Amino acid sequence: MILPPYARLLGLLPRTDDDGRPLLEMPFAPDAIGRPGFLHGGAIGGMLEMAAYVALRDALGGESTGDGAAAVTIKPINVTIDFMRGGRERTTFAAGIVTRLGARIANVTATAWQDDRTAPIAAGRMNYLLRR
Amino acid sequence: MGGHGERLGIAYHAHGGDWCELALPFRDDLIGDPARGVLASGPILTLMDMATSMGVWLKRGSFLPHATLDLRIDYLRPAVAGRTVIGRGECYRVARQVAFVRGQAHDGDPDDPLAHVAGTFMLLDAT
Repeated sequence: MILPPYARLLGLLPRTDDDGRPLLEMPFAPDAIGRPGFLHGGAIGGMLEMAAYVALRDALGGESTGDGAAAVTIKPINVTIDFMRGGRERTTFAAGIVTRLGARIANVTATAWQDDRTAPIAAGRMNYLLRR
Repeated sequence: MGGHGERLGIAYHAHGGDWCELALPFRDDLIGDPARGVLASGPILTLMDMATSMGVWLKRGSFLPHATLDLRIDYLRPAVAGRTVIGRGECYRVARQVAFVRGQAHDGDPDDPLAHVAGTFMLLDAT
């Protein structure tokens, strides 16, 4: 999967978890800092949005063509982010789960974590408009 | 401003007693949809997080520590490619431990917003 320029700015690396599901890794970079010692909430939020987008692309699977161009257009309607813990100066991971894939709407959640997947630093809920 | 805001090119635009406007100039490395040349939603999220955060500081009259508790953004329409996005964040209520914020982003006409936000900040100096 080809990630857009903004994902490269964040330094996001596409990975796969043990179950074969897509995952994003963001190595720590000073460019992602907000208040001293902590990642910027916007960088974490941007990463969550990208993780949700990647999960949705993965769920659409065969509806995407092989050359990176999409047969389905995906437009974000809204996103709600909860910040649970400060993001520290270390590697961050994020993964999305498509909770419902409809004809016109997709509901996706995403979580971001650092050392422990069961202790997320932030979570997001995203709604997308699909056009086939 | 340093850090992530500076990396995105976010700059001061205007402020009042309980609100702040920041500018996000268009840049190719902020694109989220290369086919349409549209800005990614993440930089707009960062812009609004920073503008509403500044709104809290302005309303409280001091750079007291706080952390974003939650932020919701409605993406009303895509930003027009090439245009600077202006994000206005307002703090409309400060309670003992929580500050409540709202805001809008536009790319030239404040009456034609491209995003609407609502959120809260935890006040870290509260006892």
